[in-house]
Amino acid sequence: MIEAVVVMNTQGKPRLTKFYNYVPMEKQQEIVRSIYGVLCSRAENVSNFIKADSIFGPETRLVYKHYATLYIVFVFDSSENELAMLDLIQVFVETLDKCFKNVCELDVVFNFSKIHTILNEIIFGGQVLETSSTEVMKAVEEITKLEKAEVKHKLITENEGVSGRFELEVHLVLSHTRSEKCSTVMA
Amino acid sequence: MAGSSIMESFFQRSLDDLIKGLRLQVTEYNFISKSLEEIKREIKSTDIQTKSIALEKLTYLNSIHSVDMIWASFHVVEVMSSTKFIHKKIGYLAASQSFNESTDVILLITNQLRKDLNSSNQFEAGLALECLAVIGNTDLARDLTPEIFTLLSSSKEFVRKKAVAVILRVFNKYPDAVRVSFKRLVENLESVNSDPTAAIGVFCELCSKDPRSYLPLAPEFYKILVDSKNNWVLIKVLKVFSKLAPLEPRLAKRIVDPIGEHMKRTSSKSLMFECIRTVVTCLTDYEVILKLAVEKIRDCFLSDNDDDPNLKYLGLQVLSILGSKQHLWAVVENKEFVIKSLSDLDPNIKFESLRLVMEMVSEGNVAEITHYLVGAALKSDPEFCNEILGSILMTCSRNVYKVIVDFDWYVSLLGDISRNPHCQKGEEIERQLVDICLRVAEVRPEIVRVARDLLIDPALLSNPYMHRILRAAVWVSGEHIELSRNPFELMEALLQPRTNLLPPLVRAVYIQSAFKVLVFCLYSYLGPKEVILTPVGDLAPEESAEASEQEASFSEGDEYFDPRMKRSGAGHTWDRNIDNGQASSSASLENDPFTHESIFNMLNMIKMALGPLSGSDEVEVQERAGNVLGLIDLMEQELPGLLVREGSLRGEEFQGVKVLDLLQNAFSKELGPVSLSAQQRVPVPEGLLLKENLSELETVCGDINLTPSSSFSLGSVLFVERHNSQQTEKESEPSSESTSLLSEHRKRHGLYYLSADKNGSGSNDYPPVNELSNAIDGAQDLLRLPGQSVDSKKKSTTKRRPVVVRLDDGEEAPVSGVQKPKDSKDDILSGAIRNILLGDETKHMSSQSNPSNTEKRNGKEVSLDTGHVPQSKDMGEIENPSTSISQHGNERRRRSKKKDGEESSHKEKQKSHRQGRSKTRQTAEIQSPVIPDFLL
Repeated sequence: MIEAVVVMNTQGKPRLTKFYNYVPMEKQQEIVRSIYGVLCSRAENVSNFIKADSIFGPETRLVYKHYATLYIVFVFDSSENELAMLDLIQVFVETLDKCFKNVCELDVVFNFSKIHTILNEIIFGGQVLETSSTEVMKAVEEITKLEKAEVKHKLITENEGVSGRFELEVHLVLSHTRSEKCSTVMA
Repeated sequence: MAGSSIMESFFQRSLDDLIKGLRLQVTEYNFISKSLEEIKREIKSTDIQTKSIALEKLTYLNSIHSVDMIWASFHVVEVMSSTKFIHKKIGYLAASQSFNESTDVILLITNQLRKDLNSSNQFEAGLALECLAVIGNTDLARDLTPEIFTLLSSSKEFVRKKAVAVILRVFNKYPDAVRVSFKRLVENLESVNSDPTAAIGVFCELCSKDPRSYLPLAPEFYKILVDSKNNWVLIKVLKVFSKLAPLEPRLAKRIVDPIGEHMKRTSSKSLMFECIRTVVTCLTDYEVILKLAVEKIRDCFLSDNDDDPNLKYLGLQVLSILGSKQHLWAVVENKEFVIKSLSDLDPNIKFESLRLVMEMVSEGNVAEITHYLVGAALKSDPEFCNEILGSILMTCSRNVYKVIVDFDWYVSLLGDISRNPHCQKGEEIERQLVDICLRVAEVRPEIVRVARDLLIDPALLSNPYMHRILRAAVWVSGEHIELSRNPFELMEALLQPRTNLLPPLVRAVYIQSAFKVLVFCLYSYLGPKEVILTPVGDLAPEESAEASEQEASFSEGDEYFDPRMKRSGAGHTWDRNIDNGQASSSASLENDPFTHESIFNMLNMIKMALGPLSGSDEVEVQERAGNVLGLIDLMEQELPGLLVREGSLRGEEFQGVKVLDLLQNAFSKELGPVSLSAQQRVPVPEGLLLKENLSELETVCGDINLTPSSSFSLGSVLFVERHNSQQTEKESEPSSESTSLLSEHRKRHGLYYLSADKNGSGSNDYPPVNELSNAIDGAQDLLRLPGQSVDSKKKSTTKRRPVVVRLDDGEEAPVSGVQKPKDSKDDILSGAIRNILLGDETKHMSSQSNPSNTEKRNGKEVSLDTGHVPQSKDMGEIENPSTSISQHGNERRRRSKKKDGEESSHKEKQKSHRQGRSKTRQTAEIQSPVIPDFLL
């Protein structure tokens, strides 16, 4: 499976981190730092695979690709094919490119949520679900449409209050906030 | 209130604002903590819009700037439960980024997840599945299995593939889910219209943990392997087969052809690579396809036309899999490329090719290859240089130096390696120098020469990585001083001022060696005549036999070392050499170096060098220096007397000469290797209470600062005590001093003492490598004290390769043979799967003629649940998918009815389940043909 996806810029600033097995915060930072340490010491035009046993356990490797100011890094174990992972990075970037028209680092910086949406369509809980960027785009566009529709809807019905049926557990705690809300609408 | 809420949402910073703000800051820290305060306020807002934006910002800060967000867990749950998709999405993202299995609010989201999984909006269901795939714990997996089961056959591809993928997490957390949903998972694998990517991915993961359970699914996998056009799916199915094929040879035979077809047809490198890897890992018995794979490796991965370093790297990697599997010919075929890659710019490629080069090493080419590699190491960067040196050392020493024939060459190679300026392998070289010196008697003169070259070079002393090597060199030179061509030169090297750069423990070895050299020189100057003159009766009875043997061997050695014979003539030359300060070692063999002046100079030199050390803080250094100085004191009192009566020396009248004699006896005893487990085999004698004595010592020595080395910790406790007693006895009882020195020596180098088994086996020779195991196996022999070591130094000269002493056991560090304990969850999982697959198969072994599969299995699952008689094969054939689906429906209905009583019946099920599992285990062992025959 895929253990993690990290996008960082060439200064080592993370732009996206996604771990598919729980990793504590401090460890995540450490991992990002050590990955950057390895990446920035590598020359151009060398192979893109690095053994990651020391970070993620035996038989894990990371594959990275360098695009302009960004490194895109996938960490994976022995049930993935190295070259296919390399291709998958390409699929991810192609999708970003289709999404943002000539994607650049700024797009990644300002579209935190959308990048996650795209990534989630490709990799799901460490499993690769979709390898066609067209299919991914289709799903992402639909999700975006859904979000936008709601934003419009929201503008019309602003301040309508929280009307959802809360589940029992949540409801108990939220009941007072709802009545508060009602009173604010009344006022 | 209303005002503030509206104001909040009007003036709230959006995520974009936050990011823009962050980008303007030089130091982000202050800005982040300010924003965090803002978020903490906003997230408590009653307005879900405000709340969700606050949460989005927090998730961003958490993900990119590692800001803690555990405190906001409850707010995450609140946002997740919003009815609006846009909020829900923020909530779910936050949950999957920040929750883990032990987050307490996870208890609250079960119903929310259930609701979203059942949602008519496929994207909401998608969000819930995603979240479950990352944070799902046992409770969630158990409670949501029914919903996931429904989604597994959803008509919406978007949801179905996610449901398939989430199954992996569910199975891992809640193995019982297998019983419910395994067949639907298999349906997803087979379904013609849907994309099997997710399903095959799940099976690939499951197989990597416990391949045997999935053998019954081989027909399905085979179908995919033959039919699929999707490279990703093919790669995954190849991964599955590479796990299954080793378990079932007939399966391996079956997949050879389709894989060959793919290799001939495909243009995709990733698929090609996976085919090749499958062949080299599990199909090496099939020559045709192996040849094809090797050819493809060369054409697609190791060609120079294609300058992709990734391909080269992976090509070398599969080649090394072949190399390690006795298919060295494939490596040799690509030798040129491998050697060339050694100087590649890419570190990965260099490391891989180094590994391959080392695999090619054999008796015949070891010299050639290492010569090339040592040259390459000099030109490499420090890291790779050490990698090269390390692998040379490892390869050559493997299996007790099996590839080495010419040990003289190897020892001088070790010397060369030591001098490499980047070399950091001191520890290993030290170990090998000492090891070879002990094991291979023939090579000792060469080791002593190499050691001398290292020791006389003052420049090496300043390199900390050299210290370990120097320690070995010093030990070897001291131990085999009789082989040295020029003891005086050696003594100078041992005492050179720069030795103060050494760490104390190494220095202690230096001083100890100086002691040995001193004893040897004095003995050579004063002794030999005395040895001859000493009547046998003077010695203690048990040593007499040994001593006479020693005399015998010494009289041989005297041809070289009897100083009496040529002393008068040669004295000049030697003195002049000393004066010039450039001792020529060649002269000393011919000429006798031991003159009054040279001895006297040496004594002075030692006093000068070691005098200050008798006050050293380091116990080891101080004590050893004390020993040397003590001996010199003793000798200086008597030396004038000895010299006056030079013509007719009667050694036994002088106490000093007796001491010398004893010391020389002690030092000239042969040391051999000792099995690592030898000590364990010595039983504790009756009446010896090890622990009690030691605990008493602890109170006595509690405040004494022991030597820093932990490896001597036990010895040093005793050692300190002896040291004290020795001080008092030293003057009065010289013989006890020598005994204590001997035992101290034994303690210090105890590792290198060989117990007397070789004598015990009746062989006076070094036993040949393969015979020794028998000889040493006699555990009784090991009980003898190591003091009675072998004296005979003769060896058979018929063999070209010198004999290498090899012990039967304990050569290798004990390998932890204990298998990694299997995860109990895994066990349960595979048990459950076997229960479904194997259990059914074995029941229907008679109806194997019908290969098709799921329908049958579905039917059987139902029959298992209801306790019906298993359906006949005819039924299985007649059945079609629609009926099987309706049966699922039935089953579900039953399940929901039973829900209340589930708690109790669940336990029962588990019990029967367990029984069933153990039964299937047995049947699985007996009934190996779990794959339907049509495939095999």
